[in-house]
Amino acid sequence: MPVITYIDAVTQALREEMRRDRRVFVLGEDVGVRGGVFRATNGLIDEFGEDRVLDTPLTESAIVGVSIGSAAYGMRPVAEIQFADFIMPAVNQIISEAARLRYRSNNDWHCPLVIRAPYGGGVHGALYHSQSVESIFMSVPGLKIVVPSTPYDVKGLLKSAIRDEDPVLFFEHKRCYRLIKGEVPEEDYTIPIGKAEVKREGTDVTVISYGLTLHFALKAAEQLEKEGISVHVLDLRTLRPLDKEAILEATAKTGKVLIVHEDNKTGGVGGEVSALITEEAFFELDAPVRRLCGPDVPAMPYSPPLEKEYMLSPEKVAAAIRELAEF
Amino acid sequence: MATDVTMPQLGESVTEGTITRWLKKPGDRVAKYEPLCEVATDKVNAEVPSTISGTLLEIVAEEGATVEVGQLICRIEEEGGAASPQPVDQGRESSPSASASAGQETPSMKRRYSPAVLRLAQEHGIDLERIEGTGKGGRITRKDVLQYIEGRKAASPASPRGDESPAAAEKKPAVPEIQLPAAGTSAKREGISVSLEEGDQEVPVSSVRRTIAQRMVTSKHEAPHAWTMVEADVTGLVQLRERLKNDFKEREGISLTYLPFFIKAVVDSLKEFPYLNSVWAGDRIILKKRINISIAVATDDALYVPVIHDADEKSIGGLAKAIHRLAEKTRSGKLTLEDMQGGTFTVNNTGSFGSILSQPIINYPQAAILSVESIVKRPVIKDSMIAIRDMVHLCLSLDHRILDGLMAGRFLQRVKERVEAYGPDTQI
Amino acid sequence: MGEARHLSLGLSDDQVLDMYRYMLLARKIDERMWLLNRAGKIPFVISCQGQEAIQVGAAFALDREKDWLCPYYRDMGMVLVFGQTARDLMLSAFAKAEDPNSGGRQMPGHFGDSRYRILSGSSPVTTQLPHAAGIGYAAKLEEKDLVVLTCCGEGSSNQGDFHEACNFAGVHNLPVIFMVQNNKYAISVPLKKQVAGGHVYKRAEGYGFPGVRVDGNDPLKVYEVVKQAVERARRGEGPTLIEAIAYRLVPHSSDDDDRSYRSREEVEEARKNDPLLLFKQYLTDCGILTEEKERELNERIAREVDDATEYAEAAPYPEPEDLYKHVYAE
Repeated sequence: MPVITYIDAVTQALREEMRRDRRVFVLGEDVGVRGGVFRATNGLIDEFGEDRVLDTPLTESAIVGVSIGSAAYGMRPVAEIQFADFIMPAVNQIISEAARLRYRSNNDWHCPLVIRAPYGGGVHGALYHSQSVESIFMSVPGLKIVVPSTPYDVKGLLKSAIRDEDPVLFFEHKRCYRLIKGEVPEEDYTIPIGKAEVKREGTDVTVISYGLTLHFALKAAEQLEKEGISVHVLDLRTLRPLDKEAILEATAKTGKVLIVHEDNKTGGVGGEVSALITEEAFFELDAPVRRLCGPDVPAMPYSPPLEKEYMLSPEKVAAAIRELAEF
Repeated sequence: MATDVTMPQLGESVTEGTITRWLKKPGDRVAKYEPLCEVATDKVNAEVPSTISGTLLEIVAEEGATVEVGQLICRIEEEGGAASPQPVDQGRESSPSASASAGQETPSMKRRYSPAVLRLAQEHGIDLERIEGTGKGGRITRKDVLQYIEGRKAASPASPRGDESPAAAEKKPAVPEIQLPAAGTSAKREGISVSLEEGDQEVPVSSVRRTIAQRMVTSKHEAPHAWTMVEADVTGLVQLRERLKNDFKEREGISLTYLPFFIKAVVDSLKEFPYLNSVWAGDRIILKKRINISIAVATDDALYVPVIHDADEKSIGGLAKAIHRLAEKTRSGKLTLEDMQGGTFTVNNTGSFGSILSQPIINYPQAAILSVESIVKRPVIKDSMIAIRDMVHLCLSLDHRILDGLMAGRFLQRVKERVEAYGPDTQI
Repeated sequence: MGEARHLSLGLSDDQVLDMYRYMLLARKIDERMWLLNRAGKIPFVISCQGQEAIQVGAAFALDREKDWLCPYYRDMGMVLVFGQTARDLMLSAFAKAEDPNSGGRQMPGHFGDSRYRILSGSSPVTTQLPHAAGIGYAAKLEEKDLVVLTCCGEGSSNQGDFHEACNFAGVHNLPVIFMVQNNKYAISVPLKKQVAGGHVYKRAEGYGFPGVRVDGNDPLKVYEVVKQAVERARRGEGPTLIEAIAYRLVPHSSDDDDRSYRSREEVEEARKNDPLLLFKQYLTDCGILTEEKERELNERIAREVDDATEYAEAAPYPEPEDLYKHVYAE
């Protein structure tokens, strides 16, 4: 099976879906001729033309707004926001419009839209090219939020997102783009949205994570195995809706849960997962549910020591797991 | 002094680059900032400038090679030895934000039970005081409890198979494990207000007493008790024992009481009536294969109910020895956990303190309990004539969920037949 | 031969030489930053190359002692004129603690310096335009005759914030100059895919204030129109929209490869109109710039840039604990 990078999986999924369904089209800044600033849409304009791989003006609100209109009409737009940090002008369209279209029309209209955006830091992106924004949308019913961690998951989930009848926010950790490689089948396959996956079996501590930090958790687990600590790693893959069953099952496996994400701690997804666990798996808990997250500062600074202090790492994750294992 | 030149990070998220063309060759002079080679990455194509002035010594990464960021690509002999100023504080370790403040004594965590630990303890009837905690500050962890359960299972595999059976009945030991209720529940006196008058003495309830109390309540509460009794003519048994007891004492060094004889009769009858050797498990009845007889041993302050495991494999002599051994252990406080676990049927020798009739409380979660009352001489009709015979009452309390009168009655009949069958020539 | 252009604009020989110096300084700093980036010393560069004339010409038309700037990320020339030094810019490039713009927290090009009334900017584009309108409004409330100059690219002129800021400034007649630096490309997206109608300055009519188009390769022309806009604003006549036409001589940033969307020939052709070359020619023609002066200037600037580089490289980074500071008032 071919081994490809995380970002190639994005391109592959887009290409296959555009071939499969004429209604699918891509739009965003620099996605056409340039192939995207990260090359996520590389080569698509050559195959599908500039009408289906559209270089938009610099205007996030309109990118999403226009997508909503086309989606409501019956198309399947896949909008790219160049950096998740720049999604802010589009928040009004996403929350007030896309999330509510089906509900407010009493199912008369709906919005099968995908918004893709690279998020996350560790690339000297500073305050405005490193942010995690998923928590802004976590509390919005009507939206789905997907954050895959492996190339295999990327392809399967992006296809599902495109075929989904509701708006899906698809966040790709930019550091994973070229760093993470994996086997991806060349055939068509989908992965259901809303299903987490156990990426590693273990018996001592459960780590729940997504995105880049999922890989940190796996790395930490490898290291800790040598120290005799067995780590169970659950990849959420979808943040909204959360895979409640998988979360509770993973909790019951060890009784000790560490939630890891790069986003700020306060108000982050970890709080929601933690509440779910204590609410429904109280008697499985052998320790308080812990969260290892980004610090509560506005964003990740540019200067290397500051970025390093902010970012999580396999070492930081391992230290937290170790502490929990010893509790 | 040779300086290493490494592949720089040529863009956000770039992790490697391919050398497309070297612009300098070994021996060439290189000025600071002069380009050394051309590099292609996924995002940008660029030139790598030299960071120092000097002479190119050797090319490490050839044209066409793909090199990770930070890896060596060439070496330059620096001229003049004036190194470029290194920034101060590079790579300083970030101070640990939440480092543990070791130093002050943390109170022992031994009794800081987590929800999982408490749940498991309750489900398996475990006395948490008995477990060593391997967690932080001596805390008992879920793992500790699970390992303890495994260890117990291995020690006395009373349960036939499977951990799949519902936690409740199967895993509950048949003997009073000292089960400390969660802190607080026992403290509530359930609204009992008893007034203290002068001269009244308050005796604090020991943990053993508390446990016994708890078990009695549970047993009566859970199992609907029914009771039946038969009367057996054990004149032959009395004669038998008279004949054997001195030799036995000499040979074995212990007394031969009546109890082993009764237990033997019970055990053989249990083989015929497995339902008497069973456990209620909610949606099913579990017929226990092994026959482990719990016997009651009284001490000054409490009643202990140790177990003779596999009583059906023992002879009367063997049973006598087992009884003696357990009684000794009880009196000297040396009963082990294993001694207390796994009982499937209880025989209570109430006759030993003169009782002729009792209504014993079932040793939860067993199905029934038999009390052997005092053997008394009484006038009875035998062969249409009045005779003085040694008579004994055998009383059976049963869990009416599992057993009904018919089966219990039949069982008792068989016990009666067996004890009545003992005669002076019976072999033990 | 009539009076030299700069003299009729009220600029002395020294002043235009100074203009040239600033333009050259900006260019040299920028070039050094690209080198450092390719050497792996600084992770990111975003350039002013090709737009120095706009930035310096405009800045010279303002009052550096009282006017305000809400620049965008290419405005190196502008902040230099307003008071920042080569060292300041290098400290920012190296992300050192002493960086006056953000203490190393932001990427280079994110200018902010209360010493010189340069409002702190961010990466999401165009957000500075409503801010500029806000400053203008405050000035109006306080009855101050300061002027705010704010800049953005032609790409940014399509964000919602552009419309909202212009409209607001127009409604309230604020002393704000909106300067769009049209360098023909928003990363890879060319003008015709970006701006409906092809002309940003014409939108001003919709807002009720003048829109002016100017050749951005000529600092004197830019100076002239900005001066007019400044005087209008100080007289209380409200905003002006200026569209300065230039060309981005380098890729969008150090993370961009422009070979995938424009030809080398196009860039080479544009280099012929490099504002530095054109202005150098003008100054030479006026006799203000001699070869010796030019060489002296280059040497001086080279030393300044070297000093700034070495200083910044050796300066300490912020402490990791600094990460947690200044989320709120302390």
